[in-house]
Amino acid sequence: MQEKQVATAKEMAQVETIIGRILQVGVIVSAIVMLIGLVIFLVTGQSGYPGSTMPLSMGAILVGTWHLKAYAIMMLGTYCLILTPVLRVVVSIYAFYKERDHLYVAITTLVLFILLFALIIGVHGD
Amino acid sequence: MIQTALIMMGVGIFAGIAGSILGIGGGMIITPILALGMGLNIKYAIGASIIAVIATSSGSTIAYLRDNVLNLRVAMFLEIATTTGAISGALLTGVLDPKYLYLLFGCLLVFSGWNMYRKLRQGQEVLQRVEPDRIATKLKLNGTYYDKAEMKDVDYQVENVPAGFTVMFGAGVASGLLGIGSGAFKVMAMDTFMKMPLKPSSSTSNLMMGVTAAASATVYFFNGSILPGIAVPMALGILGGAVIGSRIMQILPARWIRIVFIPIILYIGLQMLFKGLGVHF
Repeated sequence: MQEKQVATAKEMAQVETIIGRILQVGVIVSAIVMLIGLVIFLVTGQSGYPGSTMPLSMGAILVGTWHLKAYAIMMLGTYCLILTPVLRVVVSIYAFYKERDHLYVAITTLVLFILLFALIIGVHGD
Repeated sequence: MIQTALIMMGVGIFAGIAGSILGIGGGMIITPILALGMGLNIKYAIGASIIAVIATSSGSTIAYLRDNVLNLRVAMFLEIATTTGAISGALLTGVLDPKYLYLLFGCLLVFSGWNMYRKLRQGQEVLQRVEPDRIATKLKLNGTYYDKAEMKDVDYQVENVPAGFTVMFGAGVASGLLGIGSGAFKVMAMDTFMKMPLKPSSSTSNLMMGVTAAASATVYFFNGSILPGIAVPMALGILGGAVIGSRIMQILPARWIRIVFIPIILYIGLQMLFKGLGVHF
């Protein structure tokens, strides 16, 4: 029993390190994108969009980013940031799978499905 | 414009440090500053605060995972409750009178504040039960965390899993229906009901907050509630603040964190009770 607990704790530390790494990459990427957008916004003094409007569809954001429009890049960075927790759940599933913890593969997959369901309701609900 | 960006970054750093130490979303700090302090439309203030919650969560979780403070199994298991709760809450909008929820959650928070005060008086942070909880053992929820303040590994056991799960479901409903950051409820469910030590409770709450918030964040993102000029410098500040805060939290004695936490939880609790009773300030 004692031995088993030690093994679980050690496995857990490994799982957590993997997730931590990937999450770190995700956070750094979104921070860099947001920062580039903010610097362009502050240097040029223009959002790239008329008045107080901003690009609100993924297509508009990507097109704006291609044209180096400040608000588009800032929105893209924000969207990456919103996805980091989702990334955390996805990576957790893989990590639990690597540790052969089937119970938690199932639990975490369930969480992912609920989350995706919520995202779908979110996009269509408003 | 540069001035606004600098102010938002400053607010963000402060909110990030506080939020990551206490395990509560930045919403409680951000919304009043933006809505009352800067006169921003409440729609944009809420949009910014939901980004704040995610930034606090993602910024602090890196350190909490690496330094083995949070409990990933507890987080994922309870996430089932918070996400389904959040969806139910969103669907129940207009059906359920939020008044009763405010009253219920207000009472719970005040009770939790009182319970935390008692723990503080006893001076005992980690309670080890002789008999391990059956459900917690089955779900492998018991854990160990490394306490940098005490410089040792602390083993702990988790109790009252069904009660914690129920409170977490409620926390999800509250965040879906009332739109409030449910960090305080999450800490309460783990600390008060499941008897987890405060540091794993707060850091696990931080991890969970982001996942719950991500679901509703996309709605705000695509309906134009997020002003890039405000939200982006703030999010950058928060990420920095959360990285700092997640380091500070680990070297702080749990007792100190609790001392800061109690007045905050009582404040939110009383605010909700008053709201439920229809008293406005």
